[in-house]
Amino acid sequence: MPHRIEIFLKNMELDVLGEKLKRRIKRDLNIHIDRVFTSDIYNIGLELDKNSLYFVATEVFLDKVINDYSIDEIAFRDANYYLEVGLLPGVTDDVGRTAEESIAIALNINSDNSFKVFYSRGYAFYSDNITRGEVERVARDILSNELIQGFRILSRDEIEKSNGSISAWFPQVQIKRDIEVKSFKLSSMSDEELLELSKSRTLALTLEEMKTIRGYFNQVEVRRVRREANISEDITDVELECIAQTWSEHCKHKIFNALIEYEDLSTGQTEKIDSLFKSFIKKTTESVREEKGERDICVSVFSDNAGVIRFNERFNLVFKVETHNSPSALDPYGGALTGIVGVNRDPLGTGKGAKLIFNTDVFCFASPFYDKPLPPRILHPLRILEGVREGVEHGGNKSGIPTINGSVVFDDSFLGKPLVFCGTAGILPRVVCNDKGESKEIKEGDLIVMVGGRIGADGIHGATFSSEELHSGSPSTAVQIGDPITQKRMIDFLLVARDLCLFRTLTDNGAGGLSSSVGELAGLCGGAEIDLMKAPLKYQGLNPFEILISESQERMTVVVPQNTVNEFLSLSRKFRVESTIIGKFTKTGYFDIKYGDKRVGFLDLKFLHHGNKQMHLKAQWKRKNIVPCSFDKPMDLGSVLHKLLSSLNICSKHYFVRQYDHEVQGGSVLKPLVGHEDIGPSDAGIVRPDLDSFEGVVVSHGIVPRYSNQDTYSMAACAVDEAVRNFIAVGGDPDHMAGLDNFCWPDPIESPKNPDGRYKLAQLVRANKAVYDICTYYGIPLISGKDSMKNDYIWDEIKISVLPTLLFSVIGKINDVRKAVSMDFKGAGDLIYILGLTDMRMAFSEYFYLMNKEFETEVPLPHKEINRELYYRLHNLMELGLIRSCHDISDGGLAVALAESAFAGGFGADVEIKDVPVTVPMREDFILFSETPGRFVVTIAAEKKDQFENLMKGVPFAMLGFVNNSPNFLIKNNGSILVKEDINKLKESFLKTLDF
Amino acid sequence: MGKVNSIVIAGNGINCEMEMAHALRLAGSDRVDVVNIFSLLDGDIDLFNYNFLNFAGGFLDGDNMGSARAGAVRIKFAKIKGSEERLIDRIVDFVEKGGLILGVCNGFQLLVKLGLLPGFDGNYTEQKVTLTFNKLGRFEDRWVNLKANKSSPCIFTKGIDKIYLPVRHGEGRFVVDSDVTLKRLVEDNQIVFQYVKGNENEYTMEYPYNPNGSILGIAGICSKDGRIFGLMPHPEAFLHYTNHPRWFREKLPEEGDGLKLFKNAVDYLRNS
Repeated sequence: MPHRIEIFLKNMELDVLGEKLKRRIKRDLNIHIDRVFTSDIYNIGLELDKNSLYFVATEVFLDKVINDYSIDEIAFRDANYYLEVGLLPGVTDDVGRTAEESIAIALNINSDNSFKVFYSRGYAFYSDNITRGEVERVARDILSNELIQGFRILSRDEIEKSNGSISAWFPQVQIKRDIEVKSFKLSSMSDEELLELSKSRTLALTLEEMKTIRGYFNQVEVRRVRREANISEDITDVELECIAQTWSEHCKHKIFNALIEYEDLSTGQTEKIDSLFKSFIKKTTESVREEKGERDICVSVFSDNAGVIRFNERFNLVFKVETHNSPSALDPYGGALTGIVGVNRDPLGTGKGAKLIFNTDVFCFASPFYDKPLPPRILHPLRILEGVREGVEHGGNKSGIPTINGSVVFDDSFLGKPLVFCGTAGILPRVVCNDKGESKEIKEGDLIVMVGGRIGADGIHGATFSSEELHSGSPSTAVQIGDPITQKRMIDFLLVARDLCLFRTLTDNGAGGLSSSVGELAGLCGGAEIDLMKAPLKYQGLNPFEILISESQERMTVVVPQNTVNEFLSLSRKFRVESTIIGKFTKTGYFDIKYGDKRVGFLDLKFLHHGNKQMHLKAQWKRKNIVPCSFDKPMDLGSVLHKLLSSLNICSKHYFVRQYDHEVQGGSVLKPLVGHEDIGPSDAGIVRPDLDSFEGVVVSHGIVPRYSNQDTYSMAACAVDEAVRNFIAVGGDPDHMAGLDNFCWPDPIESPKNPDGRYKLAQLVRANKAVYDICTYYGIPLISGKDSMKNDYIWDEIKISVLPTLLFSVIGKINDVRKAVSMDFKGAGDLIYILGLTDMRMAFSEYFYLMNKEFETEVPLPHKEINRELYYRLHNLMELGLIRSCHDISDGGLAVALAESAFAGGFGADVEIKDVPVTVPMREDFILFSETPGRFVVTIAAEKKDQFENLMKGVPFAMLGFVNNSPNFLIKNNGSILVKEDINKLKESFLKTLDF
Repeated sequence: MGKVNSIVIAGNGINCEMEMAHALRLAGSDRVDVVNIFSLLDGDIDLFNYNFLNFAGGFLDGDNMGSARAGAVRIKFAKIKGSEERLIDRIVDFVEKGGLILGVCNGFQLLVKLGLLPGFDGNYTEQKVTLTFNKLGRFEDRWVNLKANKSSPCIFTKGIDKIYLPVRHGEGRFVVDSDVTLKRLVEDNQIVFQYVKGNENEYTMEYPYNPNGSILGIAGICSKDGRIFGLMPHPEAFLHYTNHPRWFREKLPEEGDGLKLFKNAVDYLRNS
């Protein structure tokens, strides 16, 4: 019988987690509870006598200063209700695993999977009026997620009846079945049967693709080769699943590579686009590189797990941004955690492996204050927000990687699916072991070594598990949960092994698991053979295809030459990291998959990687009508400014920022929060990855999904411009920047359940055109990207599609971080300027949204010719040290930017807007709140006025006024006062909304 | 002139080792080795090649059973390969032979959970104090003002009156096992750093100036002879003025405040 040790606080006043939970129950569920206490429970599957149990409790788990413990008994026997929350079988239990190791060390026994420990948590509710139903709500809506966790509730009576004794929470995976490999006679299957096979195994293969596979396996030559290879002539489940992974939208980007017929209904023009990726994304990079010639900064683009650009003499920069939307919708914490530790493995798995230097995160949620009924299975946005925030916190902080840039965007379309973008950058030495750092060369005979975590049923979709009903012994396969410490050990080990020249290259095991990682590397070498029986498992009972496609986390596939493999394996043991040889690379042209002696897969790499046909899709664009807007200028523009500052998209995100470590690794230069009280929102992040140098990395991003309501061309163009503007605003070098595109779209393929698919595809085409137009103009090579194409929620009649969203990230260099500029006003008497041109395109701006009118003027669009010139000029001024502060004008427009710079700096401002450069005469409220891209608020020292204005000649700019030493924030038009506010009040409005 | 040989422990979740090593190099340490904790446990590296032992911040074992708890279990119980000694025996020996120990953040949590701090009466293995969850129940990254105790024997803080450093922790609330312990810490001047509000001279309990609710605003303590020092704020995170959150608006010296702590340690070893 497993034992149960419960650890709790002697002094309940120290139970801050209980207190925090109490507050949250009140906030989220409006249930009052007098007191909540918490405990940690270790459920130990080890026969231990009384003395040993006492020893383990006191020496391993107990903090003698504050803790007490109870063994095999509930710690809180007098609670009105006691709740225990634990994991379901097969869910990653990192605390349990650490406890296993610690117990083994303390008792001096072998821990190597010889016994299990499971972690659970106890909650005691003290409140005379609380009901079991309310406790259940707390369990369901705050503390557990039915996909990965279970709970039990005991009332005081029930506790008394059992005299406090309680069994251990012991969710061991038990799979009792025979290992099998199925084969499918596709040749005798009808179309319906083919589709049914694809659907029942959740292969996501279309009929067209199933037919292609059938055709291939019907070829006489293929059947002959298979007979000779001693494998069934019919396709095996291992092969079918492997092909499905490799051909999945996730891995193959079929929509981005499709042949698209695009029709513009407003102009009647049509065009054929042979792959959005080739025609726009890749072409952008090609033309920018060609134009830059010798000044090209690209090193490796689109070919590896992350893009690589030059940094300095010693290092190149590596960057990748991923999305983890669907997992975060199901399990916000686990989904986001896996998102961040998952994207960490992309730069790590690039070339010979990069050291990770920072994370970025951008989230899109519905309003946390959403108060309408929720559709089935949709979690409340506040719960998603808290879970995602915490998942990224744990993933980033525990990995020792600073989170230096991000944002949170709110729109109720994200109720359908939250968007969770996670990015990670690294530095890769230009030379590793006399070879290029970015090299991905593999030699015949090199060994395939799986490093890191073990394989479980995690993330196997459509496999038998998820089609069985859930029972107490069935592992939870719906979501994977990351284990940052296992990954941290692995990363430490791999970077040391890299510098000792112990391996050739590596890649990560993410989507598709080994089938993708080995399959892709096999493509580079020309063949591979693996034995799935050799792969270490978390528990027995997995079928070969499950081992191949499992998405269990914290694993890398490493290419190790035979002559260094012993040293590699022994160093791995030293770092307490599991490494296992599972096969070798060949030149046979086949991905040869064995299970022990038996061949279970034999796939021609040409077919695997190039066998699927290009999709043909139709796109139809119809421009929405433009209705001129009309509403009266509000009387009180000051109160409008307050409302804008406290609106969800503009308000301070300090609640997120503070809980992320943004300084670890010691190279922090520009933090997310700046100014005299550290509350000003920075436009971008800057770090020094090499502490012996003043060269810095700048990272920024742009995202404006709301503009998609009218035209995704504008949305994408504005996202790119915003990212660039933010980059420039802090001092980034416009000649040394690269872009990453992350498209998150609603399903753009027309079907009965998706009747407006053509329009959504047209939206995608237009966004791509914009990215191409702006990036080629600004000289930004695209180095990596990712698309996520099915961001819809469908349940019976309810369909919620996210707004088409492009996150555009920019990474680049600042040559000397000491020249960086922050957004806060620096001193009284400094002169305030606006740079750039303001226009009337204001549809879907925060101002119009706030005024809640059905406006359809045009959405903003960058003046790219003017902007490019302006960005170079501004950069030049920063190099000369003329700019004291610089803030990008975006959501909420000029007034918001001015207010933020003022209260961030702790200064007032005296501003006159009559000279603001505009394209057409504009109403004063529009001048204040227009979001025209390409503008900044900057300040300079008064004595630099002439020099500054001379250097700015030829681009639109105007002096607005000066910074003053009072709390007064004053905006006038032609002398008459529009806004007169106190910066401290403005600051309060900015801080209060998300001040949880 | 004595040589200063510094070892920075890395691995298993520690994550501030590189900037810690950088600080030691800038401070003039003759030798700075970043060594994985498993190399010490496997007996590959001998602690006695060094006289300055540094435990950097991070999340030992992911802080999975509470901060540094699993890390402390390992050091307390695991035998060094090929020997009957445990790592804690070597560390206590190291202290008794005159070595310096610095623990920052997770390193400080480790030192108190092992009992190396406060190390009353030369007993370095009994836990008397702890660092537990911040009063607000959340991890926070923010800069704090600290005042140094001028009467403290701490060799790291000589000449320091006030200092400004970042805290980045979820479990930094300093708690004692009894009033006796607290009294003793006060009387023996083992309290080194306390959180203060702005430029004030009295410790504060007010959030966010005292970011975690530590009793008496305690941010760092030392052993009675001042050679073992642990603190929650990160001195290695402020080595250059560009680390300061407001360097854009304040005139600051080239060197960051944090470096002084390392320089003091190096000077002490050099002259002892």
